[in-house]
Amino acid sequence: MIRLDDGRYVAPEDDRPEEFATLADTPEARLSLHRLTLRRFARHRLAMISAIFLLTCYLLLPLVGFIAPYGPNTRNAEHIFAPPQLIHIFHDGGLNAPFVYPISGEANLAEYRWDYTADTDAPQSLRWFCPGDPYKLAGLIPSQTHLFCAPDDTTVFLWGSDRLGRDVFSRILYGAQLSLTVGLVGIAISMGLGIFFGAIAGYFGGGLDYAIQRLIEILRSIPELPLWLALSAAVPSHWGPVSVFFAISIILGLLDWPGLARAVRAKFFSLREEDFVQAAEMMGAKPSRIIRRHLLPNFRSHLIASAALSIPSMILGETALSFLGLGLRAPAVSWGVMLNDAQHLSSIEIYPWTALPMLPIIIVVLAFSFMGDGLRDALDPSET
Amino acid sequence: MTNITDAPQPAPILEVRGLSVGFAPGKNVLHDVSFDVRPGETLALVGESGSGKTLSCRAVLKLLPKAAQIRSGSILYRDATGEIEPLTLSPRALRAFRGDKVSMIFQQPMHAFSMMHTAGDQVGEVLRLHSDLSAREIKDTVLRTFETVGFTDPERVYGAYPFELSGGMRQRAMIAMATIGKPRLIIADEPTTALDVTTQAMVLGLLKKLQSETGAALILVTHDLGVVANMADQVAVMKKGRVVESGRADLILGSPWHSYTKRLIAAAPEIPTDPPVAAPETQPGPLLEMTNVSRSFVLRSKLPWSRPQTFAAVSDFNLTVPRGATVAIAGESGSGKTTCARIALGALPPDPGGSVIYRPRNAEPIAVHELTPQTRTAFQRQAQMVFQDPYSTLNPRMRIREALCEPMEIHGIGTPAERLARAEEVLGWVGLSGDMLGRYPHAFSGGQRQRLSIARALMIGPEFLVCDEPTSALDVSVQAQVLDLLAELQEKLGLSYLFISHDLAVIAQIADEVAVMRQGVIVEQGPPAMLFNNPQHPYTRALIAAQPEPDVQRPIDLAAVARGAGDPAEWPAAYRLTDNALPPLRAVEGPHRVRAHA
Repeated sequence: MIRLDDGRYVAPEDDRPEEFATLADTPEARLSLHRLTLRRFARHRLAMISAIFLLTCYLLLPLVGFIAPYGPNTRNAEHIFAPPQLIHIFHDGGLNAPFVYPISGEANLAEYRWDYTADTDAPQSLRWFCPGDPYKLAGLIPSQTHLFCAPDDTTVFLWGSDRLGRDVFSRILYGAQLSLTVGLVGIAISMGLGIFFGAIAGYFGGGLDYAIQRLIEILRSIPELPLWLALSAAVPSHWGPVSVFFAISIILGLLDWPGLARAVRAKFFSLREEDFVQAAEMMGAKPSRIIRRHLLPNFRSHLIASAALSIPSMILGETALSFLGLGLRAPAVSWGVMLNDAQHLSSIEIYPWTALPMLPIIIVVLAFSFMGDGLRDALDPSET
Repeated sequence: MTNITDAPQPAPILEVRGLSVGFAPGKNVLHDVSFDVRPGETLALVGESGSGKTLSCRAVLKLLPKAAQIRSGSILYRDATGEIEPLTLSPRALRAFRGDKVSMIFQQPMHAFSMMHTAGDQVGEVLRLHSDLSAREIKDTVLRTFETVGFTDPERVYGAYPFELSGGMRQRAMIAMATIGKPRLIIADEPTTALDVTTQAMVLGLLKKLQSETGAALILVTHDLGVVANMADQVAVMKKGRVVESGRADLILGSPWHSYTKRLIAAAPEIPTDPPVAAPETQPGPLLEMTNVSRSFVLRSKLPWSRPQTFAAVSDFNLTVPRGATVAIAGESGSGKTTCARIALGALPPDPGGSVIYRPRNAEPIAVHELTPQTRTAFQRQAQMVFQDPYSTLNPRMRIREALCEPMEIHGIGTPAERLARAEEVLGWVGLSGDMLGRYPHAFSGGQRQRLSIARALMIGPEFLVCDEPTSALDVSVQAQVLDLLAELQEKLGLSYLFISHDLAVIAQIADEVAVMRQGVIVEQGPPAMLFNNPQHPYTRALIAAQPEPDVQRPIDLAAVARGAGDPAEWPAAYRLTDNALPPLRAVEGPHRVRAHA
């Protein structure tokens, strides 16, 4: 600073050219908000890990037949309620190919349960890329090759077996196919309905809005669980597992849209007041164009976040229905169907691994929640 | 420069020395900022948005965003009881310091109050925290303070919730809150920016009065050099986080040294004291004629069974926009000027009886007050709008290319290649280059966005633009550029503007005719030369008097403001507006007319 005679302090003139012309030339200038959002999302470690985990899960869904050593309904009458078997690589101090110890069970009639003992003297190596139960890859290509199978005369139950001697690990993998996709189908239906009703209520307002609001309130006033039960009970019992699966997804979707519709409506109300929407109206744009080109794109990211946050409730809904015996039914396999077997306290107490399907449910639901939170934070404009 | 002997001055109450602040990983946003505030004096921190003026004054109270780090420098507060360094205080000591020694007046009176508590409650909170007065004494003190800030009915305000108070009243309550604890230093961050100009004048007058009564020092953060000229003893001009010039207000405003200060002062619009009388032009034909336009809204009544009330937003409105000219509507918030703009654009129909006729150059006149789908499309190609808020006027999800081409797409004009060529051409008109077409709006500054908004309006070749406060959200230097651009485009394309603004200085610069509105009626109308030279109506006089000028010699005339800015039912009898008697517009001299009884 320079002191002038009259007591003023002044900074020396800087000769740098005016900078406002170069303002738009940052590397970020050409990036869309989407790309900026993705960047912010990538900084959210937990959400990023969850997203990668979920992506892996979904990518593996078509391949579960290959990964699972058994078919979903392959019974092993000799090994009912077998405990989880470990895969070992050390035997007698020496390194071996992965192997299991064969187990044999006998009925403990005193305590009325099955007891299994492992024969630690006769390790049996796993077979790799071996023929086993037939399955269809991605539901299309018939195949018999499995990643690994049990040795010839014993079993490999990584997470134990259930009351019919079916492999819990394989069934959890197969169950994922239904349990993870029921959420997607349901959410697609609920988003379609929610966006449609929310958009017209929010954009047109007035009487239409009033009617839709009342409809939502009526839907919300109906107790959810009994309604689910009633609708599921109405699914004919002779339908095949796939039809039941779609019926259940549609039921879940039909009941889930009001929350989303309200979010869309509220967002539309505020977006409608933005000048760019008024500008489009002044230009003569039709409502459908304004909704498609101006309102929804500004809302798309919120939709993704809210979808990610509501998939867990779909998964939990399916689980709850199936657990109560009103959702998917055997021979379909889902996590809820599997838990249906774990309804008896006594069986959980003696054979705790029958409740294992809870684990993937908890993990997947948490992953969706973390990812949804991360998305929401990344989309929050106050962070920019 | 004159040589001034340094008179012995009291020690500064606040000394900021070499303050540098940066955000977590980034460069400094404040560089080596120093200033002093002496007891009883007002220091104005002046600068454009992003110059760091708010950050510097918030640092005094250590009210900084979380990511901000103080990298160097010191702040020293000194009064009769001792010295305090706020930057080193513990959170507990800091709480005692804030509100007791130093208090703050925020920009947005709407957001500075909690809606759930009464005004009296919130103003008294300072005393509850910092004094040991009884509840009774606190209430008495609050009521006394309310009286000093000019509330005529302190009891009512005491029990009122913030949403029951107008913007000006809320800012008064805010000032009461800031002064009730008798702080030695008040920091006011753009205290009047959100207010109408007459309210601003009265709030500034109040601040000055309180300051002379209590002898408190004041730091005034503002972008408005007119406010500085009226309030400040000392000025620090900030640019990009640095103080570029600081010293006595009369010196800085009278003979600025730094080129940036000079530019700021040159850009500040003024109402000319003696505007040149425009040479009488050949009368061009009218482009838009609004005759007998009124518009009332039905208010929902408080009780479901009582009759709904109607509220007249606009009444007896007649205005003609000549071809190629700029007609401005001036008025404060709630005067009905935006309603008029919407009626002029056909976005809102007038009440039956009013007519709005638009006369295109080569086609049949269009009746805007009763548009059919066909005439609406034709009219939309002729008339477009430029909006106020540069941050909301562009869709953040659309590239500039898409935003600019959209109007042509909607009207089915041209092929995609022609639209793109047109977009590049129009971008050139508004002073932006064609290689910006691939960008998104977030890459542009406020002034650039406003240029883009003008470009979008010009895409389909309209003749008529309605500009709704297009510069009120911009910095003064950018505002001057946008006004120049509008004038340039008018000359080049023969555009006509209906220009809406609350700022008479801006209007004086751009308009060919001005209509001053209050409570939905035009109170005075005429060419700016006549209107500003010889204002007749007390409200026009108040508006002109309230306009702060960046000249220490021309302070705000508070008496004139008070005469005209009050309730229209209390204006002098000749001009009084009452519910059932609307005086007619009478000619003063040529086209200059004023609404007055004979």
